[in-house]
Amino acid sequence: MSDTVISVERISKLYRLGEVGTGTLSHDLNRWWHKVRGKEDPYLKLGETNDRTVKGDSEYVWALKDVSFEVKRGEVLGFIGRNGAGKSTLLKILSRVTTPTSGVVKAKGRIASLLEVGTGFNPELTGRDNIYLNGAILGMRKQEIDRKFDEIVDFSGVERYIDTPVKRYSSGMYVRLAFAVAAHLEPEILIVDEVLAVGDAEFQKKCLGKMENVAQGGRTILFVSHNMSAVRSLCHRAVLMANAKVSQIGATNGLIANYLDDLNETSSLEIDYSTVPRVGQFGSRLKLQRLEINEGAGIWHGKPLKIDFLYECFEDVEEVAFGIGFCNRDGIRILSMDSDIPGSRWKFKRGQRGVVRVSHPQLLLEPDFYTLDVGVRSGDNAGLDYLPQSGRVTVMPSEATPPVIAMRETGRGGFRLPAHWEINSI
Amino acid sequence: MTAPPSDSPPSISDLPPAGLSLSVPIADHEWDLIIRPQGRWWELQLADVWHYRDLLWMFIRRDFVSVYKQTILGPIWFFIQPLLTTIMFTVIFSGVARIPTGGLPPMLFYLAGTTPWNYFASCLTKTSGTFVGNAGLFGKVYFPRLVSPISVVVSNLIQFSVQFLLFFGFLAYYLLKGTPLHPDILMILLLTPVLLLLMALLGLGTGILASSLTTKYRDLTFLIGFGVQLAMYAAPVIYPMSSTPAKYRLLIEANPMSSIIETFRAIYLGGPVPWAQLGISSIVTGILLLFGIAIFNKVEKTFMDTV
Repeated sequence: MSDTVISVERISKLYRLGEVGTGTLSHDLNRWWHKVRGKEDPYLKLGETNDRTVKGDSEYVWALKDVSFEVKRGEVLGFIGRNGAGKSTLLKILSRVTTPTSGVVKAKGRIASLLEVGTGFNPELTGRDNIYLNGAILGMRKQEIDRKFDEIVDFSGVERYIDTPVKRYSSGMYVRLAFAVAAHLEPEILIVDEVLAVGDAEFQKKCLGKMENVAQGGRTILFVSHNMSAVRSLCHRAVLMANAKVSQIGATNGLIANYLDDLNETSSLEIDYSTVPRVGQFGSRLKLQRLEINEGAGIWHGKPLKIDFLYECFEDVEEVAFGIGFCNRDGIRILSMDSDIPGSRWKFKRGQRGVVRVSHPQLLLEPDFYTLDVGVRSGDNAGLDYLPQSGRVTVMPSEATPPVIAMRETGRGGFRLPAHWEINSI
Repeated sequence: MTAPPSDSPPSISDLPPAGLSLSVPIADHEWDLIIRPQGRWWELQLADVWHYRDLLWMFIRRDFVSVYKQTILGPIWFFIQPLLTTIMFTVIFSGVARIPTGGLPPMLFYLAGTTPWNYFASCLTKTSGTFVGNAGLFGKVYFPRLVSPISVVVSNLIQFSVQFLLFFGFLAYYLLKGTPLHPDILMILLLTPVLLLLMALLGLGTGILASSLTTKYRDLTFLIGFGVQLAMYAAPVIYPMSSTPAKYRLLIEANPMSSIIETFRAIYLGGPVPWAQLGISSIVTGILLLFGIAIFNKVEKTFMDTV
């Protein structure tokens, strides 16, 4: 008996860019005319690989090109790669939201996707009704939901509000309930795409635990995420995608290293600076070894932030101040924290190693990617170590995030101040 | 299985050239699910829909609940709209234009036409928005898309029941008044479910056909909006079939709703049931439905790329 539960064979997907709706009829007629004469589709050969950095001449683009791999029973397979590498298209094909242009996918058992939690939730309906509606949309039968109902409510932790319309829920409760339904789906093959980006740390831990349980139960999980630590902890094997193709399949750790090298980015919550080349004299008297953020538990909008700087001294240094800055997608610094602004400066001896921690009760950066500028100064202007644009972190939405921001497809980044507003008549 | 599973996962350079199968050869029947670029057009996937029948029920329930929750008067709106339309028809077409109503009381005559027509029309217009209206949902999770328009057709029965009650009230009133009407009880019991089914399937068939085409050619959305309004005049809603001139009759009979409305009127108010035309309508409905499902299934696989 073969253990292969999914076999993806030479899958390709062609997308048409630009204005859909102009000239489609003429293209259809032209395509039909070629077909009648037994010729190849005239638009198929125009395709190019999906490299966004190069502007294509054709309006057709391959989102996937000749992708093949197999998944074994009980395996948790991670998919990593840049935005636009084809990960999501692949998962859409596997979850049958769209079909491939060519190639075949074969699978054993029920495939269910968590492409986005809360799909089909109706705000007017109560939590109870939505459990049934959402469960049915995800492919569960009514008896199945009946049987698991108590467990779902328990897992979601919204028992008190189960007969309240979900439009009165906080966004956190909403996500909990939605994930609870999806987590109890128990398909043979589960597709998870970035769901872990929502929810607080405790809940996220719960979800990861649930996914591990699912995997141990002999079921298969396909997991797409930009959260490298989640991929690392869950997946033994991963698929690295680049430019619509599978560039590598193999052990997760090696693949992630390759991917990060490729991106010239460092992993989200622990950034190793020990081997990063420095400019000039930086790092010769005092060197930053690594950065640890929130002890690896994720960075959440509106939640406490803790950053540990691990350093090593090679000479005696005085009046040392540490600093860190967050830059938005355009590379513009939008948040800075310096230890000497509140007046903290230290004196270090040669050979001394240690940790400097900066913390704040509430990180007010909107959910998005940020790059870090990290530096250490002696006195007022003598730089000891400086690593500009040296790490990439993801601020994730929490229940403190307004839903309209949390649900936004692409982050815009920025500093959000919960100011006081009032209205007065003149 | 015959062949052993491969020891190490293949890297891209190990992939065989085109034409060779990559995987361990497993007979197709061992797989539960095979995703191919295009399905066969005759695979209607009705078994799949049956498997999702609980979802169908949840959708109907959702529609029902949200209709009641968003309005103050609730289902009374279903009442007011046909009532006002019928009064308007009575004044304009009967009172002003003096179009004959075949000797029947005008109010009753028009209600017997608008009740089935409204059901068909709302089935058609609502299902025609299936793909465009559900793009968000369809883009995220798979279920047989056909569940969605079928649920619309069933939910519309609520509206139909209310309007039917209105019609029934007037019918009872005129019967008590002693107006010479000849409802055929046996035929009513026999044919009402058949007519309902025909209207539902016709509305579904044309609606999903329209929804499939609108994903690519948005212009159709506008066409359907007023096309349905115009089509009402090509059906014996405001005039009896018997009073149409011979040169237009074929055109009107070509509308599959015509014989359904005529039959509806015949069994409730009295008159001959147009069996031949009803038979033709049933065949046309069947063909439209099969054709609609086939196109719908084809479009459902790729519409996410064009919406």
